[in-house]
Amino acid sequence: MDLAQSDTNPAPQVKTKSIGQYLSSHLRQYGLLFALIAVMAFFQIVTDGTLLRAVNVTNLLLQNSYIIIMALGMLIVIVSGNIDLSVGSVMGFIGALAAVMIVNLDQSVPLTIVACLCVGGIIGAAQGYWVAYWKIPSFIVTLAGMLVFRGLSLWLLEGQSVGPFPKEFQILATGFVPDIFPVSWGDSLANLLEIRRVKHVNMLALFTGIAAAAMIVWIGLRQRAQNRLYGIEDEPKIFFFARNIIVAAALIFVMYKLSLFRGLPNVLITMGVLTIIYAFITETTTIGRRIYALGGNEKAAKLSGIKTERLTFLAFTNMGVLAAAAGLVFAARLNTATPKAGFALELDVIAAVFIGGASMSGGVGTIIGAVVGAFLMGVLNNGMSIMGIGIDYQQMIKGLVLLAAVIFDVYNKNKQG
Amino acid sequence: MALLSMQDISKTFPGVKALDQVNLDVQQGEIHAVVGENGAGKSTLMKILSGVYPHGSYDGKIQFDGAPAQFANISDSERQGIIIIHQELALVPQLSISENIFLGNERAKSGVINWRETNRRTEELLAKVGLAEAPSTLVDNIGVGKQQLVEIAKALSKQVKLLILDEPTAALQENDSRKLLDLMLELKAQGVTSIIISHKLNEVRYVADTVTVIRDGMTVSRLDAKAGLSEDEIVRDMVGREMTHRFPEHQRSPGKLLLEVKNWDVWHPEHTGRQVIRDVSFAVRAGEVVGIAGLMGSGRTELAMSIFGRSYGRNISGSVKLNDNEIDVSTVDKAISAGISYVTEDRKSLGLVLDETIRFNTTLANLEGVSSGSVLKRNDETKVAEKFKKALAIRTPSVFQKTVNLSGGNQQKVVLAKWLFTEPEVLILDEPTRGIDVGAKYEIYTIINDLADQGKGVVMISSEMPELLGMCDRIYVMNEGALVGELNAEDASQERIMSLIVNE
Repeated sequence: MDLAQSDTNPAPQVKTKSIGQYLSSHLRQYGLLFALIAVMAFFQIVTDGTLLRAVNVTNLLLQNSYIIIMALGMLIVIVSGNIDLSVGSVMGFIGALAAVMIVNLDQSVPLTIVACLCVGGIIGAAQGYWVAYWKIPSFIVTLAGMLVFRGLSLWLLEGQSVGPFPKEFQILATGFVPDIFPVSWGDSLANLLEIRRVKHVNMLALFTGIAAAAMIVWIGLRQRAQNRLYGIEDEPKIFFFARNIIVAAALIFVMYKLSLFRGLPNVLITMGVLTIIYAFITETTTIGRRIYALGGNEKAAKLSGIKTERLTFLAFTNMGVLAAAAGLVFAARLNTATPKAGFALELDVIAAVFIGGASMSGGVGTIIGAVVGAFLMGVLNNGMSIMGIGIDYQQMIKGLVLLAAVIFDVYNKNKQG
Repeated sequence: MALLSMQDISKTFPGVKALDQVNLDVQQGEIHAVVGENGAGKSTLMKILSGVYPHGSYDGKIQFDGAPAQFANISDSERQGIIIIHQELALVPQLSISENIFLGNERAKSGVINWRETNRRTEELLAKVGLAEAPSTLVDNIGVGKQQLVEIAKALSKQVKLLILDEPTAALQENDSRKLLDLMLELKAQGVTSIIISHKLNEVRYVADTVTVIRDGMTVSRLDAKAGLSEDEIVRDMVGREMTHRFPEHQRSPGKLLLEVKNWDVWHPEHTGRQVIRDVSFAVRAGEVVGIAGLMGSGRTELAMSIFGRSYGRNISGSVKLNDNEIDVSTVDKAISAGISYVTEDRKSLGLVLDETIRFNTTLANLEGVSSGSVLKRNDETKVAEKFKKALAIRTPSVFQKTVNLSGGNQQKVVLAKWLFTEPEVLILDEPTRGIDVGAKYEIYTIINDLADQGKGVVMISSEMPELLGMCDRIYVMNEGALVGELNAEDASQERIMSLIVNE
């Protein structure tokens, strides 16, 4: 970058880069979005439209909810320069704990949920303690955790599956938010659109989609105006609008599909709210900023007065709570706790985060990237299953996708020098 | 007969002439000392000799052992019998002495190591260097002094014709140093020629037959030490340079006592029983620039880092007073909020998050200053970064530039901006101008003067004596973890500083 050496002081006139240059230096962000769209289009075609059926879209969200919930925590752990291999086991263990508490011990559902989240936090804190204050590599600590909690769930369940759960617990994962708008509105819309199979359209889902899309566009526009004010390198107009239109349209489309089935799944709300909270924390709070500094250069962070140990500890504690939340959702979805629950799931979560653009060495990665990465994996899983591709090929393809994403990252970084 | 003759060696790095027609002649069977200040060009010269900088990347001729030498890499020079032992030892701590000695040069037949032969040869070599350790002892389990001997044994295993020791006693205790120097004399008696690079002139006088003095990349003198040589003579040649206008004009009138450090003691973080800082007391006034002079390894950085939130060492004791109140500096954030900032020596590994922007780095040490209720106000952040960009003349198109893309001088300004934003009362600057070009140095000096004018106290650690003399109101001289002298600007000279160090 010879820009850095120039003697003049040109603040706001740098946005005259060509579109090609802009694209090549921001290939990663667009690449991920394009990849998701391409994969979805591909499966939509080869599955004769099954992929984007209302039922399947709903399923897709439900199937991947626990991966996404955990990817939020994993992103923070990975940005801080660590890794957590224990999340699959912790998730299974918490599911087992919930089953034992509710089914075997007749505890109330709210109490169980609170207790499980607390236990998750304690598990995360216990692992984080060794990583943060004893400087034991997180790979080893959480590898140990993975074995310990796998064993603990086996012990807790005595090798059996425990279930089923009462209704009020199941709705965590399989429930839908009731439509708050009059049914007649949905009926008339269904008539208007001449959709025969659907009795009425869930207006809440549709309006939520439109509102969320409008929100994203509005935030984007505001950001853009601000960037302009400070002379930050701007996204070319065409990219900005194309990107926003695609995202907004996709959002409305997904919500529309949901509205044709049973509306907004409870899990989607949980997932959406958590995603927004974590995106906010990582991007606009001091603690988020410090986590990036910690992962980017631990020594410099420490010498800047950042309490690096405490941050690492908190990152793992947070991961534990989210793994517990995922465990509850997973158990509620399967309506039973099994000793095998969550087996090897940590790898899917980690893969999602890396596909989303995080760096193994820390300091790089975004919440949105991790969520999109998780969806990409989810669509791959779902699409291949619909096509009837065997689990053997599925594994291979997923592995190659992960490798390709990371190679793409490294190649891009080298090219930019 | 000359074993080695380097003629008119010149080497240029982008923007810097590191060596300018240097000559070095080493006679067969002598111990030749190369002395000079930090940055004079000694290491560069040795890197050329050992092939780190290959033939063709420098100008001049090298004659070795009666033939012209054109080394392409280190193994080339090693094959010819030139072995260099660096300041930082190149041993693998987890391997045994014998494994280390024959590393890369194993006594083996088609890949299978002959351990009997290896251990027999190791014992011979260890006897030669006077080290009574079993060949199977792990290098990790012996002290630095003995590790140095293992390095020499390793060199001897390779049929060494010319042994180069770069600051061999820098990390050694007094009696280990003496043992090493005696070994050099013994090897000389056995016919080994060696070059020693050292700051410690008493050691140079003890072993050297001939001394070559290098200053600013040029050979200043070649002194015969056999007839006896005074340290003053060497010191004069080492530092005898005219001061030119390399420093901005300044007029200072230091005010009240600002920072006072008393009886500061620090112990090494790993080697228990090794005291790194001994009973150091110093003071800084408001509007004063105080220098700390000393050689590398004299404990200056350790002193600063131990004061700044105990970032170095253990069993730290002593008191720190700011404006006559004792302050708590036990963690970095406490030190920062008390009003102390420390600009690290190594800006890349300790100062900056290189993959992040100027804005990110500028506010990192004071995120509270750009946030409300722990939510960052990014517009304020940008304003702060812009303000410092203008104030410190950071040359970059925007504050959203990643710091990795900046030149050294601009990176240093970003680090300074980070610390200025914490609004410190006392700034400790550790080698603030290392590795940046002359123009940027001048700018950094100007910033330092401005800070003093604003009534801040500045502590400046530097290995460049002219810089300290040109900038400071007072200079403390540090050696082996203790302050060995204090000079006012008008009394200070390079000769006086150097003699305070070497007379210790």
